[in-house]
Amino acid sequence: MSEITSRPIWGKLDPADQASAHLVCAEGHGIEAVVAAFAGRDGLLSRATVVHVAPVGAARPAGLGGAAYHRHPSRATALTAFRAHLARAKMGTQVHLAGSEAFLDEASAVAVACGIVGDGLTTELSGPATRRVQCVHCKGMMDEVAVTPFACSHCGINLTVRDHYSRRLGAFMGVCADAEAPGVLPAASRF
Amino acid sequence: MSLAFDLSRTPSFFRDETFRGDFTFENSPESIRRFPFPFDRDQYMYAVNIEQHMPGPPKSATAFPIDIDEHYVAEMADRAKVLAEDPLRCQSLPHMITAEWDLLELLMTSMARDYPQWFSLHRDGDRWHWVNRPLGIDQRFTFGDAATLPYGPMEYVTRQCQGDFCLLDQRDDNLWLDAGIVTSQADWSLDFDLGMNFIEWHGPVPRAHDMGIFERALKFLLNLQIGRPIRRLNWTMTINPRLDTSPENYHRWGIDRTTVTPENVGDKVHLRVELQALWRLPRSNAIVFSIRCYLIKMRELVTVPKWGRRFHRVLRDLPADLADYKGLTNYRATTLEWLAPYDDGAPTSPGFFPD
Ligand code: HEM
Repeated sequence: MSEITSRPIWGKLDPADQASAHLVCAEGHGIEAVVAAFAGRDGLLSRATVVHVAPVGAARPAGLGGAAYHRHPSRATALTAFRAHLARAKMGTQVHLAGSEAFLDEASAVAVACGIVGDGLTTELSGPATRRVQCVHCKGMMDEVAVTPFACSHCGINLTVRDHYSRRLGAFMGVCADAEAPGVLPAASRF
Repeated sequence: MSLAFDLSRTPSFFRDETFRGDFTFENSPESIRRFPFPFDRDQYMYAVNIEQHMPGPPKSATAFPIDIDEHYVAEMADRAKVLAEDPLRCQSLPHMITAEWDLLELLMTSMARDYPQWFSLHRDGDRWHWVNRPLGIDQRFTFGDAATLPYGPMEYVTRQCQGDFCLLDQRDDNLWLDAGIVTSQADWSLDFDLGMNFIEWHGPVPRAHDMGIFERALKFLLNLQIGRPIRRLNWTMTINPRLDTSPENYHRWGIDRTTVTPENVGDKVHLRVELQALWRLPRSNAIVFSIRCYLIKMRELVTVPKWGRRFHRVLRDLPADLADYKGLTNYRATTLEWLAPYDDGAPTSPGFFPD
């Protein structure tokens, strides 16, 4: 993966003792990174809210101590809840995100839009290396893009993923792959 | 001024031409002479090429802070078409409204002062009266009250001023691209870059990050003072005189790059120069970044022998990564063959200007 200055670097979840509260949003197995980061820190968990994308009926994951735990069936429903928790968060709340790259792209854009910056946000990548991509031509947004080039699911144009990332949109730019040689596509590669 | 008939006082000074479809754009001989040729030597590499935006020689592209030329009316018509098709080309985050008014003031006062035959501005407190004769506009409005204009202040004034404009908010020791109108860009997207900082929006540029160019340029800009604007030149190449080479429309114009033949280089291949100027704004402390695009056909360029020689050498020796980034790779060889007869190997004089 190349070095792009516009792209956030996903790190490790790093809950700070001095934070007044912790707001966590995790997708699927991303919850395991959350459990690991908070292990042995029950004091922090008692001030934590966890929003988790997990199937209806799944059990509450072990290791979350006294945290308030909310399960949501899809990313969209979880992010709606996450946004609402963010809007009501008290000063000094630290935000933690864990999941696939496409999930981190979208969830961090929500956090950025709510003014969460710097040490106020920690992230950890887990799960498949997929990206969220916006087609620059029709502006359609696509989650979980694993391969480049690919056809835009909205307008059908063949896209390559340019090494340019917008934190506001939470997405990479997809640009026509064969404009200068219609129908001729570079070999597919996975992220 | 000579006693000869002054063309600039007649409506016919402005060319009736297009930047799409039949592409009838061309430069008059006077326009060629004043072209802001960007190479002061026979080779090119990125640098922190910033200088004070001081008045240049009379009639040159830098004679005035804002340059209005024979392409003005046609360029404004092209901008209106782009905006009609894609409103995302003009965007402004809510905190930028004061900077928008600052920009309107900067442009209207410069244009009225330097081109009184075309524009006038009368101010009575916050009651302003703006007249734009080439575009047939006569507008009274209240400065600071957006409801008295048909568009937001930035969009209103930049629909009447050549060049793309970005408004940069300064905070956290960085500049943030929080507003702009961008309809004649060299393959970058305002909609995508909106909200990014200086280092982020320059992400795709090769080499310059490692050369420390962006770090130094940013430091310089953060200290930009009111009343001391600066400028720099940037360049690329465009096939057909197309102003709107946006990524949004790349699937439409990219194919043009494959249409260059030895027969049509002179007409089809253009050097595209951006005269970029930056001003600190008084009320908002924001910075305006103007990107004024000048196009010149290869057959026009070689009418200045020094430019023909020099551009042949620059293009020949341009490193491959820069050529790829600028999108020249498909037609570089054909263009070089066409330019070669204009380069007799004679030495060129230092500096930008024709000999
Ligand atoms: C502060 C206002 C500025 C804005 C809004 C701006 C914006 C941009 C954008 C959008 C690009 C295209 C990036 C892409 O490929 O997506 C670019 C390219 C570039 N910028 Fe800036 N820029 C600014 C100031 C500067 C300054 C002061 C320098 C001085 C060194 C500079 C140097 C460059 C260079 C070298 C390129 C590559 C151009 C090429 O090879 O064609 N920029 N800029």
